[in-house]
Amino acid sequence: MKKMSVLDRILLLVTGLLAAYQIVTGIGDAPALSAWAYTIAFGVLLVAGLLLIIMGFEILDSPWVIIVSTIIPLSLSSGLIAEYLPQITIPYLIFAIAGFLAIVYTRLNANTPKKTATIVLAAIHGIAGMLIFLLPIILAAQGTLPGGFALVGVGGALIGVGGLLLAFLKAGKPILPQKTILTLLPGLLLLMTAAFVIGFAAV
Amino acid sequence: MNVIKTKFRLYWPLIKSLQTALLLITGLAGFMSTRCPILNWTTTLQVVGSLFLAISGSTILNMWYDRDIDAKMPRTQHRPLPSGQISSREVLILGLISSIAGIGWAIALNPLYGLVVFAGLFFDVVIYTIWLKRRTAWSIVWGGISGGMPVLAGRTLGTGHIEWIGIVLALAILFWIPTHILTFSMRYRKDYASAGVPTFPAAYGDHVTQIIIAVSSMIAAVLMIVAAYGIGLTLGYLRLMAVLSIGMLLLAIGSATRPSERVNFGLFKYASLYMLSAMILMMLVV
Repeated sequence: MKKMSVLDRILLLVTGLLAAYQIVTGIGDAPALSAWAYTIAFGVLLVAGLLLIIMGFEILDSPWVIIVSTIIPLSLSSGLIAEYLPQITIPYLIFAIAGFLAIVYTRLNANTPKKTATIVLAAIHGIAGMLIFLLPIILAAQGTLPGGFALVGVGGALIGVGGLLLAFLKAGKPILPQKTILTLLPGLLLLMTAAFVIGFAAV
Repeated sequence: MNVIKTKFRLYWPLIKSLQTALLLITGLAGFMSTRCPILNWTTTLQVVGSLFLAISGSTILNMWYDRDIDAKMPRTQHRPLPSGQISSREVLILGLISSIAGIGWAIALNPLYGLVVFAGLFFDVVIYTIWLKRRTAWSIVWGGISGGMPVLAGRTLGTGHIEWIGIVLALAILFWIPTHILTFSMRYRKDYASAGVPTFPAAYGDHVTQIIIAVSSMIAAVLMIVAAYGIGLTLGYLRLMAVLSIGMLLLAIGSATRPSERVNFGLFKYASLYMLSAMILMMLVV
């Protein structure tokens, strides 16, 4: 496993500080459900960043990493849906909770074939990721929200990339060599968080 | 000049700089969180000076008293005192001077503040180190009470009296101490066993210890949020505090349900970071 460099730690620390900033400032006049969902997403980012700094990349060996990292796109997408597509909030929440439970079950149940676990993860992560990617860009393109909000979509794309890299790495079929993924990860997390923070600040 | 450098290099480990700094920050946070009525830098610097001397003095006296057990533990036997690089008489004198100077300065600043600082030193050196540390694993409760004194002292100086927020903050530190100390005593269990120091893991086993860590982490987190609310932190900062608290709680539960050396030591480090972050928030954002 790659050893964490000073640069990695600095990038993760800045990521944590950005996430902390977002938790403190909140997001405009978001409804309560969205505010909670965003807080959960940035809270997971903050704590995950701190744990990576403290425990090193070895923490990625834990089966809980995939489960916890799924919380970020699921809660962010739930927040966006509750704020901008309130008419489908309940069905989406049901999907998010059921999807999360399915990921927990397939990841922790030793009898689940690896392929099934990967398909479940890719489907649920994919839907949540696409929502975070497309919804802000569409809203910004329509002029419903300021152009800067499209950066939330960029953050969504980055989280999708990061999620896929990690998921395939954990499945034993890495898209890139492990060392490359771990070298990219802190920078990717920082860019993603920065895109979210700047994007939400534009609202 | 070289003599001074050498002495400084030998003396510096005697004060356990990281631990002293963390306690100093809690005291400073206690004082600065009162905004009495606006921050006074002269008094703030005096708080730093008096607490630094008192906490360092207490730590040096502990080092002096525990030099025999430090010599038996691989983790501590290379410290300047047990390894014979400084004489015990020299360390005792330094510890007494630092303690007396710190308490004297604190009393001169405010008698009630000085009394709380003195109580911290008394609980730490006399009750914890000299009386209970070698007799019972429960001595850490007194170590915890002593650890809560700097923040209570800071609040007392700022408000002029002992009030509920200061007490809640001191209790939060008391309940945070097991997370910090017990994870440490699990990691270095052989050291403590070879020195004959009773610890919770040795007396009650790992599982009970991990449950105590999880429960005390939860209580510490709740108390910290209550104190933060009492101090007047805004909703955003309370949210951030809650997130950091939940992180510590989940790690403690993880350590109790799926124990491993890595999670255990991760919790130890996270607990320190948590306390530092909580105190900085209270210092800077009221």
